[in-house]
Amino acid sequence: MTEALRLDNARFLRGNAACPGCPIPKELDTLLSVMGKRTVLVVPASCTSVILGDTRGTPSTVPVIHSAMAASAAIASGVERALRARGEKDFNVVVWAGDGATGDIGFATLSGAAERNENILYVCYDNEAFMNTGIQRSSLTPYGAWTTTTPEGKREFKKPLPLVMMQHRIPYVATASIGYIFDYEQKLRKAKGIKGFRYIHLLSPCPPGWRYDSSLTVEVAKLAVDTGIWPLFEVENGEFRLTSVSKTHLDKSRRKPVEAYLKLQGRFKNLTQEQVQEIQRMVDEMWEEIKALVKK
Amino acid sequence: MIEVPEYSVPLARPKLGSAGKTGFWRTSRPVIDYQKCTKCRLCVIYCVENTIDLMPDMYPRIDYDYCKGCGVCSNVCPHEAITMEPEVK
Ligand SMILES: Cc1ncc(C[n+]2csc(CCOP(=O)(O)OP(=O)(O)O)c2C)c(N)n1
Ligand code: SF4
Ligand code: SF4
Ligand code: SF4
Ligand SMILES: [Mg+2]
Repeated sequence: MTEALRLDNARFLRGNAACPGCPIPKELDTLLSVMGKRTVLVVPASCTSVILGDTRGTPSTVPVIHSAMAASAAIASGVERALRARGEKDFNVVVWAGDGATGDIGFATLSGAAERNENILYVCYDNEAFMNTGIQRSSLTPYGAWTTTTPEGKREFKKPLPLVMMQHRIPYVATASIGYIFDYEQKLRKAKGIKGFRYIHLLSPCPPGWRYDSSLTVEVAKLAVDTGIWPLFEVENGEFRLTSVSKTHLDKSRRKPVEAYLKLQGRFKNLTQEQVQEIQRMVDEMWEEIKALVKK
Repeated sequence: MIEVPEYSVPLARPKLGSAGKTGFWRTSRPVIDYQKCTKCRLCVIYCVENTIDLMPDMYPRIDYDYCKGCGVCSNVCPHEAITMEPEVK
């Protein structure tokens, strides 16, 4: 360890409670290395709460507030205002929340804080279900996916949360995927330099929940983007922009067939050929909508 | 920014190995073949547990005390320089 190159900034320490192949430690390491030591994390009940450990020690090198599931955006708003009132400068208050806390249980406080344009960064790490309590479906679980509460596959669609946040007209909204880590890092850096409410929606594969081998985390996260299922974009002061490889994906021939992504994951193994075609049709339709957004 | 008195409150402090020596979790061990390694660093960048260090000579080195054996590094290595070998304990 000592002779290894170490960067002199905040990190997320190894040897934590995340499952083998879980991308959350890397995602948080990247977040902390960009946001720096003067950062406060607010984390609602989730897998991350467990990964952060108990009083015997935590992998986080910045203070963490463990929050009730619905409250994080409200707590972060208060912490930011309190620090400002104390005269603190150059600090970051960051909510790190799962898809269940973000799209379902905590959506009211999220929407409220966005509408008030609170000066916080909200990152939703999206593993597309309530993983910590045993893989229950959330509004961000995609169509067709198996979960313990959708044994025959989810019938409803994934809530288009990044677009919903865009409609709040906040200064910055972005999507990201751990498979394109430099794009994610770049967006964190950009978000750090912007004042007001910033929202990053990070696709975060989960080996036990998505039913794939732990070695495939990065490959699955890449394929979500390469198939066009998870477009990488950012919306800065209302201006919509595709980023990274997604820039080339307006041309359908540049996107891989959705099957390439679906077939690696056990949660999709009972899909019929018609359902796979239906998913392909939905993705193509979404890209037509993106075309209209890019033109604006 | 936030000062916490050292012993007064039961708050967690930063700790390497907050879940213990997670290397014990491994069922297979990633082994780097340094003859094949081109120092591209993709394994360092993508090791999800942050257990691969970059050495001063720019070669990657795995910290087996904490590596959980997930196999992501082996999967992302473009030169097949990392093989997963069964752990014998
Ligand atoms: C109000 C409330 N309802 C339910 C729970 C139980 N609970 C704890 S963690 C969790 C799962 C959270 O899912 P998500 O936000 O997607 O994070 P993940 O565990 O998937 O990382 C649930 C339902 C709770 N803590 N509080
Ligand atoms: S259940 Fe999934 S999200 Fe939760 S710690 Fe394990 S891999 Fe990570
Ligand atoms: S990914 Fe492979 S080639 Fe690249 S640094 Fe790691 S071991 Fe070497
Ligand atoms: S097996 Fe997993 S934890 Fe171990 S070094 Fe490779 S990527 Fe990191
Ligand atoms: Mg979740």
